[in-house]
Amino acid sequence: MFRILTATATAMLMAGAAAAQDSVRIAIQLEPPNLDPTGGAAQAIDSVLYSNVFEGLTRFEADGSVVPGLAQSWEISDDGLTYTFRLREGVTFHDGTTMDAEDVKFSYDRAMAEDSINAQKGLFADIAEVTVIDPATVEVTLSRPNGSFLFNMAWGDAVIVAPESVDDIASDPVGTGPFMFDRWVQGDRIELVRYEGYWGEAPALARATFRFIADPTAAFAAVMAEDVDAFVGFPAPENLVQFEADPRFQVLVGNTEGETILAMNNAVAPFDDPLVREAVALAIDRQAIIDGAMFGQGTPIGTHFAPHNPDYLDLLDLSPHDPDRARELLAEAGLPDGFATTLKLPPPSYARRGGEIIASQLREVGIEADIQNIEWAQWIEEVFTNGDFGLTIVSHTEPMDIGIYADPDYYFAYDNPDFRDVMEALSATTDPVARTDLLHRAQTIIAEDHVNAYLFELAIPTVAQAGLRGLWLNQPTAAVDLTGVSWAE
Amino acid sequence: MIRFALGRGISLCLSLIVASLVIFAVIEVIPGDPAAFMLGVNARPDTVAALRAELGLDQSLPARYLDWVGGMLRGDFGTSYTYRTPIAGMIADRVWISLPLALYALILSTLVAFPAGIYAASRRGRAGDIGVMGATQLGVAIPNFWFAMILVLIFAIELRWVSAGGFPGWEAGFWRGIGALTLPAIALALPQAAILARVMRSSLLDILGEDFMRTARAKGLSRRRALWRHGVRNAMIPVLTILGLQFAFLLAGGIVIEQVFFLPGLGRLIFQSISSRDLVVVESVVMLLVMVVIVINFAVDLAYAAIDPRLRRRG
Amino acid sequence: MTVPRTLVVGAVISTLFLLLASLSFVWTPYDIETLDVPNKLRPPDGTHLLGTDHFGRDIASMIMLGARTSIAVALVAVGIGMGLGVPLGLLAAARRGTLLDEVVMRGNDLIFAFPSLVIAILITAVLGASAVNAIIAIGIFNIPVFARLSRGAALGLWSRDFVLAARVAGKSSFRISWEHILPNIGNLMIVQGTIQFSLGILAEAALSYIGLGAQPPVASWGRMLADAQTLTALAPHVALVPGLAIVLLVLGLNLLGDGLRDVLDPRLRTVRL
Repeated sequence: MFRILTATATAMLMAGAAAAQDSVRIAIQLEPPNLDPTGGAAQAIDSVLYSNVFEGLTRFEADGSVVPGLAQSWEISDDGLTYTFRLREGVTFHDGTTMDAEDVKFSYDRAMAEDSINAQKGLFADIAEVTVIDPATVEVTLSRPNGSFLFNMAWGDAVIVAPESVDDIASDPVGTGPFMFDRWVQGDRIELVRYEGYWGEAPALARATFRFIADPTAAFAAVMAEDVDAFVGFPAPENLVQFEADPRFQVLVGNTEGETILAMNNAVAPFDDPLVREAVALAIDRQAIIDGAMFGQGTPIGTHFAPHNPDYLDLLDLSPHDPDRARELLAEAGLPDGFATTLKLPPPSYARRGGEIIASQLREVGIEADIQNIEWAQWIEEVFTNGDFGLTIVSHTEPMDIGIYADPDYYFAYDNPDFRDVMEALSATTDPVARTDLLHRAQTIIAEDHVNAYLFELAIPTVAQAGLRGLWLNQPTAAVDLTGVSWAE
Repeated sequence: MIRFALGRGISLCLSLIVASLVIFAVIEVIPGDPAAFMLGVNARPDTVAALRAELGLDQSLPARYLDWVGGMLRGDFGTSYTYRTPIAGMIADRVWISLPLALYALILSTLVAFPAGIYAASRRGRAGDIGVMGATQLGVAIPNFWFAMILVLIFAIELRWVSAGGFPGWEAGFWRGIGALTLPAIALALPQAAILARVMRSSLLDILGEDFMRTARAKGLSRRRALWRHGVRNAMIPVLTILGLQFAFLLAGGIVIEQVFFLPGLGRLIFQSISSRDLVVVESVVMLLVMVVIVINFAVDLAYAAIDPRLRRRG
Repeated sequence: MTVPRTLVVGAVISTLFLLLASLSFVWTPYDIETLDVPNKLRPPDGTHLLGTDHFGRDIASMIMLGARTSIAVALVAVGIGMGLGVPLGLLAAARRGTLLDEVVMRGNDLIFAFPSLVIAILITAVLGASAVNAIIAIGIFNIPVFARLSRGAALGLWSRDFVLAARVAGKSSFRISWEHILPNIGNLMIVQGTIQFSLGILAEAALSYIGLGAQPPVASWGRMLADAQTLTALAPHVALVPGLAIVLLVLGLNLLGDGLRDVLDPRLRTVRL
């Protein structure tokens, strides 16, 4: 009896081990609400589908560079208005239909349409027309030059879809990527299988399962118990030390495009006074927040820009931790006894934990911040749409999004024509040196104006089985790109 | 009996109607626009408006209420805003986790509580009784989510006997499914077992004091046989009532446990839906839970009245 | 008459927590509003009797303040339940058999049928998470408990001789309820109140645990447990101490309730005329 048991157990273990060779179980925190990267804004959709199931004309590499995707090459006219893309041949969608220029035109027209629910319509704003030259060539004409056009088309919201399969895309996504959608057990997991008809190099993995574990304790338990092979975006940084010490696991800490900021409502007193904003910025001790809320993960930032980006300008000296000076500034602004305000915090721990620490730091200089923990839906309604807040903490994860400071209707209501001019100039410039200079100017303006208190760049910890190779270290865009992932022998 | 059943039946329907009105009213007040949430931080107002129209959020309140109720009566629980799939299907998937979990917890708590309660009653006032009573006092005082945390720490992380949570799906095998539900069921069952043991004990003690027990002993039955033949059977009536109510409570109360063990059950669905302001899901699932509880209460009432005719008089 | 041991133990524990909670209004070993991140997660030692949490806050102080929160919430919730439930129950008993009685009974049944945790979540989602809203959510579910109990007890008394005598004498239902019924169900209410109090402590802990109770910087045992979850392996004391506090207080209150029932029970049968 005992021998039968051990034999069975061994067989099961071996079956499990054999299966692990070409399949992988990845866990991420949030579950996508649906499977249409061109329809919903949830990052989780891209995390599961970007580059795995769907592809665009261009795509992001692990290091953030923009490389050819479905377009194998392109030519840009001298006036910067016409892009001619040569598409790859022999590309098929997962349902067998061919991918050609008609599909590109369809995808972009669909995104730009009046009734489109594409969350990033702005990416397509400068497109005047999309023309099909022949099945393998498509021409996109812009209404004005846009140096970021190729970059924009690499986003998950610009992937190519087919008219034959787009109606069910939210629940049955059909793309051109190396993996096909297999099934979705809602609340639990999504399963992908290798697409044998892929145009490019076949991935090493034959099967991938994405599981959704939001709770930090459950995440820790799942990785420890080896229920999942990797957790991308592990939500409990305090446990990383344990994983690092355990030879079964590897810990990767990369960076993201997420600028975590303490946003202030520039449209409402007392935050309409630059002196008050500066006081808030000086009351903050970034390192205490990074240590207390993120257990040391994260890089301090002095402006709204990613520090790993070569165009980053170090402006941390404009807002050092100086509570005495903060109190002086408040007195200068006519608020010697401080003031009271609200601090609305969305669910992520950088906000909840960071918020508690910030409230304590603000209290020291006389500012009473009333903490309100709210859900994302409430945050979007109250803070983002209605501007009903004093302070809030959020991480802006879209790459190169400093342009949000040019929009006076954006939730923190910063209105500076000089900044807008810089952004306009940037949009029209393609020369790298000139761009760097303009970006430096932009970063300096918003740092000197202390529009928001810039805290840190969000790090992304990934905990994985030691034998797993090819996972992205950084998140230049929301993605868990499995094309290069494999198990070491 | 028929009149009693009819009377209860009418109040059942009334309760359901009032419940549905209350649920609908409460939920319509929750702040948060599902369309804006779905489209996210950078979405433009025209996109949001398009989605609102698509999801039918522009209709008047009474129209939406009647749509909802009418649909439920036909078995159509509506379509989820966020997942874009029929809710009936989502509920069906998750019910197969919440229901077995509640049953499992009920069985576990019964297996522990019955012997404990009977033992305590038979050893009344002595060491055994005090021991059991002490244990139940402790059991009632322990918050089940804290107990769950400790169980996970010991059995899943330190000893690695069971997985820390999640559910592999019944298609992975019946016993694997049961394995995944074991720790959650134990955590859920603990306070219920404690309550049940106390009820069993006090109910049995009441019976033991009754005349017919003395008669049984006088007839020559041993203490043990008297206890079993007459005592336990009669004591079961109030105990069964509690069991029925407990089941309803376990079904609804598993919400926090499902969070701790990341089980994709009804409780977790409610949480997620409230967070994403998916109103229709919240309405339908809460209505379902309330319906189940009301119907169970109704059934227990009927059963109780069938057994004990004295209860058929109103009041 | 000997005082049962359970009553003594229960009373001692409950009073201890009550004293700690009261003391917290004027003094705690450390101020928990100043964070001390470099000193986070220290185990219990000479400087911090129960150690520090993930923000460096003194856990002993958090326990005292958490006791204050839990007791306040549970107490007011019982107050709501009694304050609204008992009059309702007495009214229903006085108007037994009428539509009013029916409505009260059905209303009770309806509230009992609602899964309380789900409704509490809905209420706090609508009104926002805070200690006050937790009180409302818990208090609402206390009302039918007291209504049903007081109605049942009152009904038993309405058929007693001295009440009949009062009715014959022409006293109104209101005066009868106030002068004769209420004092005689008082002991029953006290016992039940203690039980609901301990249930309230557990409910407040559960609500805080899922984030729907008192918000920072107000301390709460349930939220301490939620914060401690990912730290159990790193620093077990952070997860153990608040849990033990809850168990101890609830245990104390339950013992107190049981003890009171044993002591007051015989007196329930004697009636004051």
